[in-house]
Amino acid sequence: MGFYASFGTVLLLLAITAPTALAFGFFGASSARSNIAPLRWIGKGYIAIVRGVPDIAFFLFFIIALDQGIEYLRHKALCRDWDQPIRQGNDFIVCDSAKMPLSSAPQWIHESYGFSLAVLTFAIVFGAFAANVLFGAMRAVPRAQIETAEAYGMTPRQSFRRILVPQMWVFALPGLSNLWMVLIKATPLLFLLGVEDIVYWARELGGTKTTRFTDYPHGDWRMWYFLFLLVFYLAFTKVSEIVLERLMKRLTRGQATSGGEAQRKAI
Amino acid sequence: MEECLQTITDYGLRSIGVGQRLLPKEDFTLCEQVTLIGSGMIWNIYFGIVALLFGFVFATALALGKAAQNPWLRKPAEWFIFLFRGSPLFIQFFFAYFLFLSLKGVSPIFDAFTAAWLGALIVLFCNTSAYTGEIFYGALLSIPKGDVEAADAYGLTGWPRFKRIIWPTMLRLAWPAYTNEAIFLFHATTLVFFTGFPAWQQRGDALYYANYFADKTFNPFVPYPILAGFFIILTLIVISLFGLVNRRLNKHLPQERRSKIKYRPTLIR
Repeated sequence: MGFYASFGTVLLLLAITAPTALAFGFFGASSARSNIAPLRWIGKGYIAIVRGVPDIAFFLFFIIALDQGIEYLRHKALCRDWDQPIRQGNDFIVCDSAKMPLSSAPQWIHESYGFSLAVLTFAIVFGAFAANVLFGAMRAVPRAQIETAEAYGMTPRQSFRRILVPQMWVFALPGLSNLWMVLIKATPLLFLLGVEDIVYWARELGGTKTTRFTDYPHGDWRMWYFLFLLVFYLAFTKVSEIVLERLMKRLTRGQATSGGEAQRKAI
Repeated sequence: MEECLQTITDYGLRSIGVGQRLLPKEDFTLCEQVTLIGSGMIWNIYFGIVALLFGFVFATALALGKAAQNPWLRKPAEWFIFLFRGSPLFIQFFFAYFLFLSLKGVSPIFDAFTAAWLGALIVLFCNTSAYTGEIFYGALLSIPKGDVEAADAYGLTGWPRFKRIIWPTMLRLAWPAYTNEAIFLFHATTLVFFTGFPAWQQRGDALYYANYFADKTFNPFVPYPILAGFFIILTLIVISLFGLVNRRLNKHLPQERRSKIKYRPTLIR
């Protein structure tokens, strides 16, 4: 049963992470092009740092760092009278009431806490990539469009909201759809973050340590299981490709780009 | 210092089964961690280099196949590229491992395929071929029309035209993207022992050892930065080697038209 639910977990993760990452990316990009220097540094630093650290090690490292960071903050806030150091040699020790989630909490809280940590990690990582894409897209909007807005007497905030943001999507979409494909393919990493997803079940089901020397008397069905997963991901990719292509057509309509021009002539 | 040299002789080649048999169990020194993780890098480098060498040849064939008029050539190439680019490398590893495992039941020829050195290598080879094939295909489409027309005007056709005009130009256009592909192939090699392929007698790659230390010490802040350090060095070496090739490919062009290699990080494949 848990196995079937794990497909739901993957879809849920995608459904939650994509908008969150987009929001992270949007704020990252808008702060990276802000006029206020510290805000700009934060935005640019966020993009540069997260994009610079390579993939899988980042996930492995980040999930523990995030977990320990939260516990450390709670420890500081909740247990004032704790006098031992937190890091004792190789162990990370915080007082009981700072444990996150509380050790007395029911199982489902533990699971959803792990899941939300995973979502947060994904969102932070993909947010940086999305920020980079959106940052480029905002710069790709023809300068003349913003100049026209200024000529009409719009304030920078107005022209940002009414002119820049509606127009940037068509420039951002190729990058974002690429990112979406990567996001789909990154979901198997969930199991690294301790969430019971499809790969977790895969390892569980095929979990003999030295399989190299084990020969099964019965037919080995795990191959078909992974074939099914492979097809699942391929189908998912194909569907996304088709949907994104449609979306691109829709967004190009009436834009001052060569694509929009071609659509106008075709009518 | 003495101690550290001893550690290096003991564990320097541990990942290929030379030296001490038992891994350190407790009281890990920094030297032990650096040595073992570095020893694991042997596997990463092996997978990366061999897959890149064979993948390069196959990718050229795939790109030509995808650009071909004949549907008998085009369709298989398109499907191969879609298959390996459209699914997570993770799942590919798992699937291949169990595929080889059940093939082993059919015939003992497939014995070696279930070991990482061959089985994982095949997956990595197919994967990098597909990604590189797509890059080369894109480059093939963006070869300047004038170059090909000039070749035609000189009476070059068939194989000489491909060898002397199309192929070098394709490589030149694809090279910056291909450099990034090579870097991420090296990063992807860390997945091998995380999937089905067993690390026989604890001979694993760099991430395997880093994970071993992180599990034993509950402290990710030492082994993972060491791993990251090794990979940064590896990335720099790859960039400089590919940069040399890039210089050679762009030799005939004026300075400002030369393409530069730019490190563009992507995530997992």
